[in-house]
Amino acid sequence: MREVAIVAFAQSDHRPDTADVSEVELLLPVLRRVLDDVGLTTGGIGFTCSGSSDYLAGRAFSFTMALDGVGAWPPISESHVEMDGAWALYEAWTKLLTEEADTALVYSCGKSSPGNLREVLTRQLDPYYLAPLWPDSVSLAALQAQALIDAGETDEHALAGVAARARTAAEDNPHAQLAGSAEPARLLDAPYLVRPLRRHDCPPIGDGAAAVVLAAGDTARRLCRRPAWIRGLDHRVEPHALGVRDLTRSPSTRLAAERAGAFDSPVDTAELHAPFTSQEVILRRALRLGEDVRVSPSGGAQAANPMMAAGLIRLGEAAAAIHRGGSDRALAHATSGPCLQQNLVAVLEGDPQ
Amino acid sequence: MSKEPVAVVGIGQTQHTAARRDVSLAGLVREAALRALADAELTWADIDAVVIGKAPDFFEGVMMPELYLADALGAVGKPLLRVHTAGSVGGSTALVAANQVAARIHRTVLTLAFEKQSESNAMWGLSLPVPFQQPLLAGAGGFFAPHVRAYMRRTGAPAGTGALVAYKDRRNALRNPYAHLHEHGLTLEQVRSSPMLWDPIRYSETCPSSDGACAMVLTDRAGAARAPRPPAWMHGGAMRSEPTLFAGKDFVSPRAGRDCAADVYRQAGITDPRRQIDAVEMYVPFSWYEPMWLENLGFAAEGEGWKLVESGATELDGELPVNPSGGVLSTNPIGASGMIRFAEAALQVRGEAGEHQVEAAYTALGHAYGGGSQFFSMWVVGAAPPAG
Repeated sequence: MREVAIVAFAQSDHRPDTADVSEVELLLPVLRRVLDDVGLTTGGIGFTCSGSSDYLAGRAFSFTMALDGVGAWPPISESHVEMDGAWALYEAWTKLLTEEADTALVYSCGKSSPGNLREVLTRQLDPYYLAPLWPDSVSLAALQAQALIDAGETDEHALAGVAARARTAAEDNPHAQLAGSAEPARLLDAPYLVRPLRRHDCPPIGDGAAAVVLAAGDTARRLCRRPAWIRGLDHRVEPHALGVRDLTRSPSTRLAAERAGAFDSPVDTAELHAPFTSQEVILRRALRLGEDVRVSPSGGAQAANPMMAAGLIRLGEAAAAIHRGGSDRALAHATSGPCLQQNLVAVLEGDPQ
Repeated sequence: MSKEPVAVVGIGQTQHTAARRDVSLAGLVREAALRALADAELTWADIDAVVIGKAPDFFEGVMMPELYLADALGAVGKPLLRVHTAGSVGGSTALVAANQVAARIHRTVLTLAFEKQSESNAMWGLSLPVPFQQPLLAGAGGFFAPHVRAYMRRTGAPAGTGALVAYKDRRNALRNPYAHLHEHGLTLEQVRSSPMLWDPIRYSETCPSSDGACAMVLTDRAGAARAPRPPAWMHGGAMRSEPTLFAGKDFVSPRAGRDCAADVYRQAGITDPRRQIDAVEMYVPFSWYEPMWLENLGFAAEGEGWKLVESGATELDGELPVNPSGGVLSTNPIGASGMIRFAEAALQVRGEAGEHQVEAAYTALGHAYGGGSQFFSMWVVGAAPPAG
């Protein structure tokens, strides 16, 4: 199989409200930075793919305007997934493997601020039986967290520890929306948001954008001092209905990780798309991550969770760790749907240092 | 290592109609998927991955419906990807699925596109006012009508050309049991005297709003060897995009369309499309787009597309049959319309198109476009596998 790597990554500062900029304006500096990083222009890119959601933007075909941020003239080879940008990266990776392109630009953005995200996400549910009840995303995550606590796999104190660690780690991430945390014991003084979840168990709601450049073989070596080679990339989906899933497990993550070769040898870093603290517990188990693995050193989705970009950011952060020499073999994970319904796992490696 | 050849071994469509009140969204997609599996004589277990597409989620009011549809699509435990490239999405979805086979990531992929337009009102779904941006004025027809007028002015095409296309496509649809519109006894005069909607586009020159889905099973060389019926082989596929609105845009013949066609012809080794392509399934939602795209796709010289239409060449028994299925003018579940073009092209070269089969169709073009003539996707399929 052809070698393909992530050679550049850029993201916006993630903010709770970006009423002052359009999606294109949010994306433009990010696209500029990621292309400048590898010295390429849009015309030099072989394939472009983006991820976003019309429902966040509140209008049909919202991605057509975002495309203007790429400066798409002359016409480009381009596609779009109505999913997190991590899946756009998957489509771009596929394209590079067919050898029809040597480089790809992948980007995604999401603005949650124009609407009420918890209500908007209810429209993602089964339209006949579930959506009419308007169960919001935090309530569904609370069901999952309670199932995990009932199974004896965690408790509220441990979950507070997850939050404190993530938000302390985010102090080193200039793009994070939330950084710094009180001691776990203090966090437990806060009231419940939706029992058993307190505010610290939930991701911040915010707007943001991200972009990566992919390149194949020698092109990757030319563009990047230490490319983050994609050794495996796979994604799997589970049933939608919460009643037919064991919410304390993530079999799709496990399967995707197996197919991506995550268990072939140990990883030193894992960037997890776990918006809720309880989901990090589930994912660590599904991915068999030991205590020696650095988990979401960026602070992860608990520090910044721009919808549709947060998964791509995990891939970007894992790749950036390899670019910097801070990781040799990293795992990146992205999720979609209620209670971890759909999951993507990538294994990235740097050449020996 | 060259790409794996990609074959279409299963095709399924739903009964297309204005409102499929007898099925849920899940029931609709399963109807097409099960027909495609039956055509390929495969089961859900033979499918390695699912790639689906549809146009805006606002059309059904379900955000990212692939999540809810995972079970109905037999995707549980499998990779499921959701493509959205506006009106071209059905074509793009097929190409994304084809790339997974070509890249040897998966051996057999189910690809499906759908729209259940009766769940909402597509015209107003496309007419949301957006601050600082030009809305698609009162639906797609309002956006495209000025570009049709520009075409007429530029080429001197007579006012009646559009009606010829509509009359042809609606008659072709009578031969296609899945088509939405079956207008028995329709006359050219009725098309010409139908109410004017967006001058110069009349009611009968306009696509309907349909509920429907289309599915295909794509597989590799080994899968094709086991196929019970002749496969269609992919000889080329391409996508191109350009901005909706910018000063240099040629709405009559967008460069993205020309570049996309050039790319797909290069891959397929086509140097003279008019002679080398035996059937065309072209995305024509408003009748005048047939002459316009005939030029854009290289079948006619600039300014000559309407002459090709008037000559009868694009009739079912003409030298270059366009939309033997009845096309988008007869069936338009928006998100599925592009895939129906791709699938109908494949049916032609498989010799499986039934009553609307073009005689001796060895090479066919499937074409889709979307947005404000912004997104293009195309494929060329053949009865024989690609060389090499």
